[in-house]
Amino acid sequence: MTPDLGAWGVLIAVVGGAIRVSTPYLYVSLGETLTEKSGRVNLGLEGTLVMGAMSGYAISYLTGSPWLGVLVAGGIGAGFGLLHAAICNLPRVNDIAVGIALFLFGTGLAFFLGKPYIQPSAPRLPHLGLGAWSAYPQIRAAFEINALFVAGIVLALTLRWVFANTRWGLVVRTAGDNADAARALGYSLRGVRTLATMAGGFLAGVGGSFLSLYYPGTWNEGLSSGQGLMAIALVIFARWNPIHCFWVSLLFGAATALGPALQSIGYTSNYYLFNAAPYALTLVLLVWSSSPRHALFGAPSELTISK
Amino acid sequence: MTKRFGALTALDDVSLRLAPGAFHAILGENGAGKSTLVKCMMGYHRADAGRLLVDGQEHQVAGPRGAHHLGFGMVYQHFTLVPSMTVAENLILGRDDLPAVVAWAAERERMEAFLRRMPFRVDLDRAAGALAAGEKQKIEILKQLFLGRRVLILDEPTSVLTPDEADQILGVLRTMAREGQVTVVLITHKFREVEAFAHEVTVLRAGRRIGGGHVKDLTRGDLVAMMIPPMLAVEALTVLDDKALTAVRELSLAVGAGEILGVAGVSGNGQRELVETLAGQRSPEAGLIRVAGERYRPTRRQMRRRRVFVLPEEPLSNACVRTMTIAENLAFRNFDEPPIAVTGGFLSRRALHDRGRELIDRFKIRAAGPDASLDTLSGGNVQRTVLARELSQSPKVLVAQNPCAGLDVAATAEIRGRIMAARNAGAAVLFLSEDLDELMELADRIVVMFEGRLVYETARAAADPHVIGHSMASHL
Repeated sequence: MTPDLGAWGVLIAVVGGAIRVSTPYLYVSLGETLTEKSGRVNLGLEGTLVMGAMSGYAISYLTGSPWLGVLVAGGIGAGFGLLHAAICNLPRVNDIAVGIALFLFGTGLAFFLGKPYIQPSAPRLPHLGLGAWSAYPQIRAAFEINALFVAGIVLALTLRWVFANTRWGLVVRTAGDNADAARALGYSLRGVRTLATMAGGFLAGVGGSFLSLYYPGTWNEGLSSGQGLMAIALVIFARWNPIHCFWVSLLFGAATALGPALQSIGYTSNYYLFNAAPYALTLVLLVWSSSPRHALFGAPSELTISK
Repeated sequence: MTKRFGALTALDDVSLRLAPGAFHAILGENGAGKSTLVKCMMGYHRADAGRLLVDGQEHQVAGPRGAHHLGFGMVYQHFTLVPSMTVAENLILGRDDLPAVVAWAAERERMEAFLRRMPFRVDLDRAAGALAAGEKQKIEILKQLFLGRRVLILDEPTSVLTPDEADQILGVLRTMAREGQVTVVLITHKFREVEAFAHEVTVLRAGRRIGGGHVKDLTRGDLVAMMIPPMLAVEALTVLDDKALTAVRELSLAVGAGEILGVAGVSGNGQRELVETLAGQRSPEAGLIRVAGERYRPTRRQMRRRRVFVLPEEPLSNACVRTMTIAENLAFRNFDEPPIAVTGGFLSRRALHDRGRELIDRFKIRAAGPDASLDTLSGGNVQRTVLARELSQSPKVLVAQNPCAGLDVAATAEIRGRIMAARNAGAAVLFLSEDLDELMELADRIVVMFEGRLVYETARAAADPHVIGHSMASHL
């Protein structure tokens, strides 16, 4: 018999859920931030996410090593990034259209290749029990934190530092903000964008592996349910700032965790309505952050959506 | 240096010499090749021919980095600052040896020390996008100086600035050039900037160096004349006659807007072939024709667009169909356009008739009516009909060959008056005539054509009929 925490239980479940659920959002949004900072939009990250989830699960199942699964998922993601970049490097190709095509291709391919892995159970990623100080199992459950979440925080901080303090960061921002300047400086726009898209794909692939190897921790076709697309919208709300990406990912995670948290205290009416919270949040945030009067503040000016 | 883009020669054997501390202006209209020249210097384009010498040594510039290495830096017409970055970030961004990790504290110190030596004040922490145009341009220039460039190439840097901002920036650069800190190449099409700031100037037109020199030796009139292309230019034109013998030999000539160039010569020296080539009746063997600086091929569409009109000799056989009506002959240039052309590929007889009536009245053609056959007209009235057709659409270029041959005094005066009026309205008139007196009366300049070449040229004011007459008969 667990002690009843009442309304606090909901809050703790939402916080715990936010931490658990936010990780894929965080990885995809950081990856998309990096790609968009270089001047390209990769809408295919949803497909990359699903491919990452499938391949990570499959590798973990086949080799018994979930971390190898994470790595392979990242590699597959980088491959999808390369494909996106290579197509966009051709003349007169629209990156949005290519992204949508790769989104459909990635999910379709993952469903096709992933059929044999829906039933078997693969080794999952371990977690750190940061809630051990508490007597409450709810709190302990909420603070079972995955190493990828911690790595994501470090990654967000690192990305911000890289954008401000390193040659790579400055060059990526130049490519995304003023293509003429990048050309004038003698940098290859295609090269920079290709690498940025590949790195973004890598992160999205890793985010996908988290879905299948940690939470929810299985592979099935409804696993992502649009989280990759929401993460792309999240980038806009986070104003292309890696630190904001982290906070907004938590917010989206909390919204996603709201339905299950309420269910856990027995509040089951309107279950599907609460489960729709992240989608509603996406809409609300995008409407709120858009304006007919000015361009998106902070948007890299070379993005097709900025032009 | 020479640079071709496909069939287009954007830069044709242009040379440029820069002394240390020079302030050299490159002047030219749009498309004159100014940007192509400096882009070849900066390594964006690989020149098809030519060399780049720095301190007497030849260098191959593989790309912008190679040019930076030689100390060349370029400031573009459009800003290349990254708007979301701070001024400090923008300053450091241009470094070719940009370190993998930027040590901001040390870099800030270097920047501040550098800025203390500069005449502009700037705030390093402001976002470049928030600066005014003049400020941005200053940062662009500061950036190049900060990066230690010796030769500063500015591509129309003042097009986005107010005159005061432009004067301030160019003034500082002139001072720095005078002190020998930099050498400045200024691309511009503004005469004022050349006169006020440059020591030397090179004028480009259609990819070629047309002239230049020390600015103090040149008047604005000289510069204007160099910069603006002649309305009609014939370049190294060679044309064969019907027997496949060379009738026009590598002939070049230029006629400015509002000018009559008289071509004197005994007939049979290639005049007819020249006119036929300009009229599109004969293909040249070699050479080209330019109208307002652009390549001209005498197709119907280009004639119409460029408004090139021709009064050939013997108009009855060269420019008319004698069995058609006067109105139809008058409509040869525009029967396929509204109002005469109506939808469905049909012609409006009424519009044709009305247009004929109007021109007959305006040009005083003595005829029974617009629907009379052309061969009912006298020679003078046939000439008037052709003149009416060719002049009624305000020509930019008019080529006339012996337009008054065989006409009476009144008709001659009338036709000469019309041609003068076209010239005064800004047309470039190429006037070929065997009648030297007529040329002496009408032409602004006179050239003599002999055996397919131009053998003599003179301004009308200085023309001596005896010398002209002599050169018409043989080489001088």
